[in-house]
Amino acid sequence: MVWVNALVQGILLGGLYALFATGLSLVFGVMRLVNLAHGDLGLLAAFLVVAVADASGLSPWIVLVVPAMFVIGYVLQYVTLNRTLESGELAPLLVTFGLAIVLQNVLLETFSADSRGINAGAIETESIRVNDQVAIGWFPLATLVVSVVLLVGLQLVIGRSRLGRALRATADDLRAAELMGIDHRRTYAYAMGIALATVAIAGVFFGMRTTFAPSDGPARLIFAFEAVIIGGLGSLWGTLVGGIVLGVAQTVGTQIAFSLEVSPGWGGDLAGHLVFLAVLATRPTGLFARTQAT
Amino acid sequence: MTLLRLEGVSSFYSDFQALFGVSLEVAEGETVAIIGANGAGKSTLLGSVAGTVQVAGGEIRLDGEEITRLEPHSRVDLGISLVPEGRRIFPSLSAEENLLVGAYRKRPGAWSVAKVYQLFPLLTRVSRNPGWSLSGGEQQALAIGRALMANPRLLLLDEVSLGLAPVVVRQLYETIPVIAASGTTILLVEQDVGQALSAADRVYCLLEGRISLQGRAEEIGREQLTMAYFGV
Repeated sequence: MVWVNALVQGILLGGLYALFATGLSLVFGVMRLVNLAHGDLGLLAAFLVVAVADASGLSPWIVLVVPAMFVIGYVLQYVTLNRTLESGELAPLLVTFGLAIVLQNVLLETFSADSRGINAGAIETESIRVNDQVAIGWFPLATLVVSVVLLVGLQLVIGRSRLGRALRATADDLRAAELMGIDHRRTYAYAMGIALATVAIAGVFFGMRTTFAPSDGPARLIFAFEAVIIGGLGSLWGTLVGGIVLGVAQTVGTQIAFSLEVSPGWGGDLAGHLVFLAVLATRPTGLFARTQAT
Repeated sequence: MTLLRLEGVSSFYSDFQALFGVSLEVAEGETVAIIGANGAGKSTLLGSVAGTVQVAGGEIRLDGEEITRLEPHSRVDLGISLVPEGRRIFPSLSAEENLLVGAYRKRPGAWSVAKVYQLFPLLTRVSRNPGWSLSGGEQQALAIGRALMANPRLLLLDEVSLGLAPVVVRQLYETIPVIAASGTTILLVEQDVGQALSAADRVYCLLEGRISLQGRAEEIGREQLTMAYFGV
């Protein structure tokens, strides 16, 4: 039964990884940009909530961090990253890597290296007890539900809205999109805005799930990156599956390490990375890559 | 009334100068064809008007307003739509979504999805199919329909006949008078001289980046055309 529990916890953990990975997948799918500051931007959102909570207590107003991160994403893309995209593939990698370092140090200077947490109240510890060995935590369940709702919403926006068509058209053929009157710089800015809004949600859920420190961003980026690669680049539903596969690999790996009496944390991370490498080796385009005949 | 005016336009195709001080005019409601051999600069000329090719010298005016340095998406706002060479249909979007993207700028006008389907009935049955799965003729019809969805004042058609069966080319060219009758001015580039002459009111011939001949389509003689086309 402990293995069933590991599986259930892995699926629930996958919800959080999918939340982190969604924005990364969207941005890569639309503009082929790998945002190396993605994890740190999620942490920035979490620390913004901490700052608001420290100043005035935790209130429903913390949801404002989501539109705030949208605006940050829009401006960041429009003012800075669009210019780097015109300079080849290396420039955006370097700029977002630099941004990650700047963010980590600003957070370190502002909040110190101490671990912080966002208190979500009783929901953090309450669970549905299925039997003696299997329990479904309300908070991880809520995280998974939010990630599914977010993906459904994003799918609707991308599949049916004017902005969504513009995003897909720009991803297909940037020059042809310009001929339709689409300003690709604005379209990219909207994509980054949406990506940072989603990573803000991820960052806040992460901060409620566990303690976090300014140096945690790169690890979030790696897990998000692995979820995107496992699921398939540019596929939103693939991202959810990728997150769940990674989550299950980690919780099952932890259980294996626990059975072998070695460090459970070490076992979980290793299992996740091994599954990622296995997918990369056997199916480099991921499990649900967007395919298209030409 | 002159809708489009090019004065001394010079443009480059990659590192090569493709246009050398080209001047031409297109009146509102006219259908004008640009003909010329491969490499004469026809597509570069259309690209210069649409904004996809940077103009090195001279100026381009639409309805008197200078547009020489405007970006392509801003020119769509002013009523210029290009049907590019090779169609450039969005492969992952359905045919109908391609049409809807064409209407992105929401310019007012008579063209709608229903009206495009009326013009190109063959698109009706493939409306839900992804762009990549359409035949060459369907893609070209879709590319023209997509450009019309922007309700352009000036429609630029680049090599409509390229790579298509003669019967399909004829069907597509039959729609040009219909489009023109809707009040849209047309500037088309074509290697198929016969098609161009039959569709256009006036013709410009380009030879190595320069205008070598211009005149009303019905007044141009065969010998005169051969001289302007080949330079011999």
